[in-house]
Amino acid sequence: MASPALALHGVRKRYGRTEALAGVDLEVAEGELVGLLGPNGAGKSTLTKIACGLVRPTSGTATACGRPAGSQAARAATGYLAELFRFPGWATADELLALHQRLARSEGGAGERAELLELVGLADARDRTVETMSKGMQQRLGIAQALVGTPRLVLLDEPTSALDPAGRRLVRGILEGLRERGIAVLLNSHLLSEVELVCDRVVIIARGRTVTEGTPHQLTRPGGVEVDVDGGTRHFPDAGRDEVPEIVARLVADGERIYGVRVVRGTLEDAYLDAVGGTAT
Amino acid sequence: MTADLRTIAGYALREALRRRVLTVVVVLTLAFLGLYWLGVREAFEEVDRLGAVPDLEEETLVGATLVGLAMFVTLFLGTVLAVFLTLSAVRGDAERGLLQPLVVRPVGRTTLLLGRFLAAAAVCVAYVEIVLAAAIVITGATGDWWPSDPELVGVGMGAAVVVVVAIALLGSTVLSTTANGIAVFMVFGAGLAAGLLGQIGEALGSDTLREIAEVASWALPFEALYQSALHTLTAGIDGVTGVAVSLGPFGGAQDASGWLWPFALAYLVATCAAADWIFRRRDL
Repeated sequence: MASPALALHGVRKRYGRTEALAGVDLEVAEGELVGLLGPNGAGKSTLTKIACGLVRPTSGTATACGRPAGSQAARAATGYLAELFRFPGWATADELLALHQRLARSEGGAGERAELLELVGLADARDRTVETMSKGMQQRLGIAQALVGTPRLVLLDEPTSALDPAGRRLVRGILEGLRERGIAVLLNSHLLSEVELVCDRVVIIARGRTVTEGTPHQLTRPGGVEVDVDGGTRHFPDAGRDEVPEIVARLVADGERIYGVRVVRGTLEDAYLDAVGGTAT
Repeated sequence: MTADLRTIAGYALREALRRRVLTVVVVLTLAFLGLYWLGVREAFEEVDRLGAVPDLEEETLVGATLVGLAMFVTLFLGTVLAVFLTLSAVRGDAERGLLQPLVVRPVGRTTLLLGRFLAAAAVCVAYVEIVLAAAIVITGATGDWWPSDPELVGVGMGAAVVVVVAIALLGSTVLSTTANGIAVFMVFGAGLAAGLLGQIGEALGSDTLREIAEVASWALPFEALYQSALHTLTAGIDGVTGVAVSLGPFGGAQDASGWLWPFALAYLVATCAAADWIFRRRDL
């Protein structure tokens, strides 16, 4: 079995008397897109920073692409976009990517830069300086920067927080493209709908611990069956897909006219609130 | 590593150019040199009007004092430049989110820090040497007085500003931008004050003041290097003129011991190593 692109085992991190991570285990396989969810202060950004070597764990092990996280070899195989990042305002989009190409030892040249700018919808902004870009454009440039050198593991910390719906859809397309190319992605996001739409697996952490994980389908609970009839919508909360023919037959036998049938599942938001206790932080 | 160093140093230099730091410095320096030229011209004309004083070489007295003044201002301006190029290199840039995208690259923290240091040191040394050379040329062309060893003076001044760059870079690993700027200027001021106390102690024959200056020189070798350069400027002046120069604000500088240069080099290496040690262990 191939080693995971990212593996964290028993990772703890203390900042003085504050325990940011209290022993987290997490693996992301090659080509897997994992969403990391949790309330503010849960330790998501700390975990992401440990994965890319910005923060040293107090204990536990972290490996990226089979090498200790933060080592030169691991950094060479990892792309990262921080939650709070800033690029020098004087640099143009092309200059910034060229700088990161040199630092990442990418040999992609102008072709790679043009391709990345095209990918994030900034082909026309090649010669624009960062200081003249909107926050959303800077965030898309940040995603392009994280993809310089074709990393095997991409760590994205709130990559869509400044994007409009069209920008978020663009990023979803990029993430799906990365998965198709076998690139592992750890997506740290507060946008549950986005995570639900795109991620293969979701890990929810709270107070520095993993509280639940699974595919979006596994995490969401059945929500019953809804049937649209003349008088409105009839809800059967305990029913599932298997019960649909029987429900429909019974309603028809009772003289109801059926206009629509839906098997309802709870949302990831419900699962998230159940997992973290439903409290705002 | 050499290619990475070039990349980081080039990035730092481009940043200085694009943020117009150097443009501002060049404009202000031209203003200083213009004022200096006016002052030099007036001073030499005044000396000519006063007429000859027995056994006193007026041009030497005025020229050495004025170049000493130019050295003081040049070191101050070089320090301002050094501080602005490095004050936010680590913690300040990390707090603004500028550093993280660079640190996660394979280039490594040591190379990143060394590149920033080399870029700032190169800019500051070039700046100090050019301004000092300009001041010497202005003084020589106006009053026909030239220091005997301008190269040695320049080397001492260049080394002094490199030490300031290293101190500012070390400060940037632990202090926020504003705190580091304040701290480096206070350290610089303390060093200069201690040097002046030493000069006063030399004139008064006070061992206590001389000891204070000596301790400060070891703790802050940029001051000792500056004093050494100042001493080189006036060392060849003797007789009544030498006494007159030594009584002036830039004339009582102490000669450096033979250990100054090895110590300054060791201090520089230790300061950079400490900055690197802290940076490599710092969570970002």
